[in-house]
Amino acid sequence: MNKHASGDRRFWYAQQKGTLFAALLFVAMFALYVSNHPAGFTPNVVQTASNKATLLAFVAMAQCLVVITAGIDLSAGMVLVLCNCLASWLVVGTPLQTGVGVVVVLLAGLGCGMLNGLIIIFGRLQPIVATIATSAIFYGLALLLRPTPGGSVNEDLADAFTSKLLGVVPASLVVLLAVIVVIWVPFSRSAIGRAAYAVGSAENAAYMSAMPVKRAKLTAYALGGLLSAIGGLYLTFFSYTGEAAFASGNAYTLYSIAAVVLGGVSLAGGRGSAVGAVFGALAFRTIGDLLFVFDFDPLWQPLFQGVVLMLAIGIGCIGLSRVRNRLEWFQ
Amino acid sequence: MSEDASSMRQLRIPTRLRGVDPAVATAFGCIILLLLAGSIYSPNFLSPDYLLQQLKVASFLGVIATGMMAVILLGQIDLSVPWVVTSGAMMACAATAYGTTGSVLAIPFGIFCGAAIGLVNGLAVAYLRIPSMIITLATNAVAQGLMVVYTGGFSPQDSASPAMRFLATGYTIPGLPNGVLVWLCVGLAAVFMLTRTTFGRSLYAIGNRERAAYMSGIDTRRITLLAFVISGGLSALGGVLLAGYASKASQSMGDAYLLPSIAAVVLGGTHVLGGKGSYLGTVAGVILITLLQSILSVMQIEEAGRQLIYGAVIIGMLLLYGRQKPA
Repeated sequence: MNKHASGDRRFWYAQQKGTLFAALLFVAMFALYVSNHPAGFTPNVVQTASNKATLLAFVAMAQCLVVITAGIDLSAGMVLVLCNCLASWLVVGTPLQTGVGVVVVLLAGLGCGMLNGLIIIFGRLQPIVATIATSAIFYGLALLLRPTPGGSVNEDLADAFTSKLLGVVPASLVVLLAVIVVIWVPFSRSAIGRAAYAVGSAENAAYMSAMPVKRAKLTAYALGGLLSAIGGLYLTFFSYTGEAAFASGNAYTLYSIAAVVLGGVSLAGGRGSAVGAVFGALAFRTIGDLLFVFDFDPLWQPLFQGVVLMLAIGIGCIGLSRVRNRLEWFQ
Repeated sequence: MSEDASSMRQLRIPTRLRGVDPAVATAFGCIILLLLAGSIYSPNFLSPDYLLQQLKVASFLGVIATGMMAVILLGQIDLSVPWVVTSGAMMACAATAYGTTGSVLAIPFGIFCGAAIGLVNGLAVAYLRIPSMIITLATNAVAQGLMVVYTGGFSPQDSASPAMRFLATGYTIPGLPNGVLVWLCVGLAAVFMLTRTTFGRSLYAIGNRERAAYMSGIDTRRITLLAFVISGGLSALGGVLLAGYASKASQSMGDAYLLPSIAAVVLGGTHVLGGKGSYLGTVAGVILITLLQSILSVMQIEEAGRQLIYGAVIIGMLLLYGRQKPA
């Protein structure tokens, strides 16, 4: 019995190693950040940090779902931008109108993800190229909606979602947690979610075991779109406007991949969890903020972020030294 | 595409054309279709001047896509293109500021910087076995960081050397822009490399199955390293040409080249997972994308519509011939 329990524990550890590493990295970075922040560990500091980081966290979760099936979604950032533009039109007016607007924006994100999934699964195209092409389409739609930056958002709702609950806990963090509980936990525990993992680690084997391969992939892409849409909504809540910004869309896509990698999700598929990706995103954002508390020139921020990213990736290749047979290089 | 279908198709096409890759043929077919569609709109589309102008614009993308193709053939990808292009351009312009010696060395120095970034990519992918998609993303971020620190966040004041301008906009042969000439040289070298050298054949072998390539005595790590160095160098050369064309370097000048270079290679029939593809296809892909962008802008369709059509066309074309075999 005891042996059994320790085996379970070891299995759990092997599964969650990446997530734990990301969580530790985040805690270390955040401790460093807060201890050097002039204001110290106050609700306001936490609120600002969490508001900045949740955006990336949502996109990283979206990316994670797709990466688990061994795919990649290079359109995640553009879905965010598109939903930002859409929200700046729809999430306004009376509470009822606002509510309908939020639902429409979320459905639009779901639709974008589903389009990706359908093209990749039934068109049998490579995810990299297919999502490059759909990202152009999404960006085009965003530009149609907002040729110039503008629009507005229901400010009561926006403030409610970016404020502090009970004066202490940042609302954005609560929403993030709720999304994890409502979307990620049921997904990862359902048959479809397990199938998504199986598809990621060995698609042929999953197919042979009569797993719902296509449905699992489609669900992953569709939920990915939905999560990016939540990110887009949040972007609107912060900025109060909609803007079809090409550079920021691309940046979100690239950062989401970085966050996923930092979060211990294997780009080869079948390994990792969205919780890890969220911690990866939080850590990545904190790294960017570290420079400000150390009074560096903001000019050094991109370089610093790049170097840290490179080091984090470098840690991943330590496993190489354990390889006994050179043929194992070529997995 | 089952065996039956391809043998059926072989029966119908003349012997001369049997060697032609259907993907390349489709791509060239689409180019002709685009030109015809454009010529209905305005007869200028078939004029030699317009076509040469397009080739000149295409040459930048062509040079960059050549490097991308070498990497994609391996089954890897190079996402560091945007800032390697910019670094190449900025460093070449920076060298120009250092008197005559600098301006002579500007072009080699720019290419050298690109190749150095490529070397980092290659070392990480080949020897540390880091997935190329991540490490090239990281080197892109580092290159961006270095350039932002170097320029202070503004567009640099240095301008391109006369040699760079001549390389991008001059005419050595009357009627043929130098940019096209550069692409021609790079392209011929690439064709020779891919079809006549062990290096080229090794690229295909590794792309098909790296393990088998290793077992048959290919130093797969050295080849991978070289491919990334070539990709970096060619991206930087593209940047040097661009800087010569605009006579200065600017921030984010390379952003517009990452996705089109991947799309061009893939539209040309190169398999995105490696091991299959011809340079002729890449040429077709580059021309196709340049023409598409040009025709859409000549028709004065707004940026939004252009992006929509651009994305839809890429998906449509890939559905025509880029599909994987059914499981």
